[in-house]
Amino acid sequence: MDKLLLLGDEAVGQGALDAGLSGAFGYPGTPSTEIIEYIQENEDAMKRKIHFSWSANEKTSMEEAMGLSYAGKRALVTMKHVGLNVAADAYVNSAITGANGGIIVAVADDPSMHSSQNEQDSRFYGNFAQLPVMEPCDQQEAYDMPREAFALSEKYKVPVMLRLTTRLAHSRAGIIRKEVIPENEMHRPDDPNQFMLLPAFARENYKDLLEKQSQFIAESEESKYNVFHNGDDKGMGIIACGLGYNYLMENVQGSDLDYPILKIGQYPLPRKQIEKITSECDSVLVIEEGMPLLEEKLRGYLDNCLNVKGRLDGTLPRYGELNPQIVASALGLSPKPVKDIPKTVKGRPPELCKGCPHRDTFVTLNKAMEKYGKGHVFSDIGCYTLGFLPPFNAINSCVCMGASVSMAVGAAEAGFYPSVAVIGDSTFGHSGMTGLLDAVNKESNVVIMILDNNTVAMTGMQDSAVEGSIEKICAGLGVEKEHIRVFKPLKPKHDENVKIIEEELEYSGVSVIIPRRECIHLRRKRKK
Amino acid sequence: MKKDIILAGVGGQGILTIATILGDAVIKEDLNLKQAEVHGMSQRGGAVQSHVRISDEKIHSDLIHHSTADIILSLEPMESLRYLPYLKEDGWLITNTQSFVNIPNYPQEAELLEEISKIKNSLAFDAVKIAKELGSIKATNIVMLGTTSKFIGLPYKTLKESIKSVFATKGDKIVKLNLNALEAGKKQMK
Repeated sequence: MDKLLLLGDEAVGQGALDAGLSGAFGYPGTPSTEIIEYIQENEDAMKRKIHFSWSANEKTSMEEAMGLSYAGKRALVTMKHVGLNVAADAYVNSAITGANGGIIVAVADDPSMHSSQNEQDSRFYGNFAQLPVMEPCDQQEAYDMPREAFALSEKYKVPVMLRLTTRLAHSRAGIIRKEVIPENEMHRPDDPNQFMLLPAFARENYKDLLEKQSQFIAESEESKYNVFHNGDDKGMGIIACGLGYNYLMENVQGSDLDYPILKIGQYPLPRKQIEKITSECDSVLVIEEGMPLLEEKLRGYLDNCLNVKGRLDGTLPRYGELNPQIVASALGLSPKPVKDIPKTVKGRPPELCKGCPHRDTFVTLNKAMEKYGKGHVFSDIGCYTLGFLPPFNAINSCVCMGASVSMAVGAAEAGFYPSVAVIGDSTFGHSGMTGLLDAVNKESNVVIMILDNNTVAMTGMQDSAVEGSIEKICAGLGVEKEHIRVFKPLKPKHDENVKIIEEELEYSGVSVIIPRRECIHLRRKRKK
Repeated sequence: MKKDIILAGVGGQGILTIATILGDAVIKEDLNLKQAEVHGMSQRGGAVQSHVRISDEKIHSDLIHHSTADIILSLEPMESLRYLPYLKEDGWLITNTQSFVNIPNYPQEAELLEEISKIKNSLAFDAVKIAKELGSIKATNIVMLGTTSKFIGLPYKTLKESIKSVFATKGDKIVKLNLNALEAGKKQMK
């Protein structure tokens, strides 16, 4: 079969396509974006008319996937880790409804927060929802796993999570393709009430889910992704999950280490193998890329049964992603001498691009806000979050998608004035609209600035769900037409733009201002 | 054969294009590759790097271990020094010398060159100037790739073929420019 050079994300996309995928749903978010981008650019996907356009947010993506599954087809949902918080209502309840056509929930975590506001570990969601999770350690597994995940999903009629982390999502390697599985025929669930979670049905479905748990464990014990390597040195056993296994093997390769090793790639945890390694070894080192899920389970609350080493006792750092050095040190290998970074090297943080419309918007906003002093601008998740950095220092918060609008409303209700929100067009479509409805209903005194660059810029120019319809949405939610103002953020228009913001700051009620100019990269992309 | 290479630069300078060419060449040579790159926030004018690992054996880690990289190939002088902990004792540091100044506290060029010269095997030169003379500063990255070509464990001929494949969609003129850039870069390494 073909050999392809793919990012981990792309391997998931190709793997799902080759495993009978009929629809991919998602919202862009680093490091998950390239899964759907890959499918969007794939010729077979186009020929097969696979669904692959972006959704408004992660929750709608998950629900759309459940609808496709209801119709009997195989669905893939993609998101970054914090996106799963948004989709959690649908995800957790999908464990109770179960699936009809297979559902894979591919979630890419970002330990060390390269492009994120936290480093939550999605495996905990899988554990909480009591659903199986698969965690590839390399690109080939990222390609192969969708095949088994769909099969598992349809065998037990439950969604299966595919958990990725940054370094796999954004690392390229060769993969060998397998034969293409045809798509499912459309068919409704055998049980017409499967997706009906009225309490009487939900209780039955939940009992059913609980009964499946032992079968999930049995599946994990038989899984080819959970592998036990024997070793003669029983002084320590090593359990390594996902990418932790690679960093381990990088150090073991060519060394004389001979510990028993258990590689984990499928959850719930394989009980038999865990029993074996903990009973035959004097101690156990747990290497997890992410939060200490397995380690906490092994230790138990009292932590008085096993000799466990890992992130909780300082053998590995408590937070942040792993790397070969960290794992070498946990194995007690003595480090080679390392050259220092010369003191003359300075940090180079990201910045708004030269010519970016947000630059002009922030200069304009700062001018209009001058007389009120600092600390009045709530903001959100996107390129414009960089407006916090010098020379702009224009915004004061960044929490989660949509929070700028709702926080501005809350602050205004405390009498805080002026209370300003800065949010991007796509973020507004994702979850800013509901906050704006609150503002209208509460008659809050807020100025909501929707920075419209006509794209999801930070993640690489994906389509914005509210393209061409922002004014209509705002008016429809009840914002008065004369307080929906649009300007073009450009230097020559600075003075008149400042005046628009000043006027709306002085108006007591809900104002929406839309600085509108296309992202410079979008223009380049469309030229191509 | 095993080569570990750090590609360094600033978002937008073209290190991912170098990585794409190396990837293509690795497939042509039927070797193994792992290449980790940075997407997302840092691409907006921040420091970016890519770990490229080429081997005829299985490669486990996507990231290079400290003190084991054979080469740091950098498109920017300050960025070349940021990844020194990865360079092995006798590894090569090869960098373009034209600075990309987008921070207020950017160091003096002389300080940077002095630090670079302390590395046992280092080569620093103005690759932008060479690319400009050839027709476009956009080919700076390929000049640097040419300079490094002797050390990366891939036949020069294959690199040329990969440049042809990677730039094919951009037309003959761009392919020729980049082939010339590769050749000009190669001549820098005596």
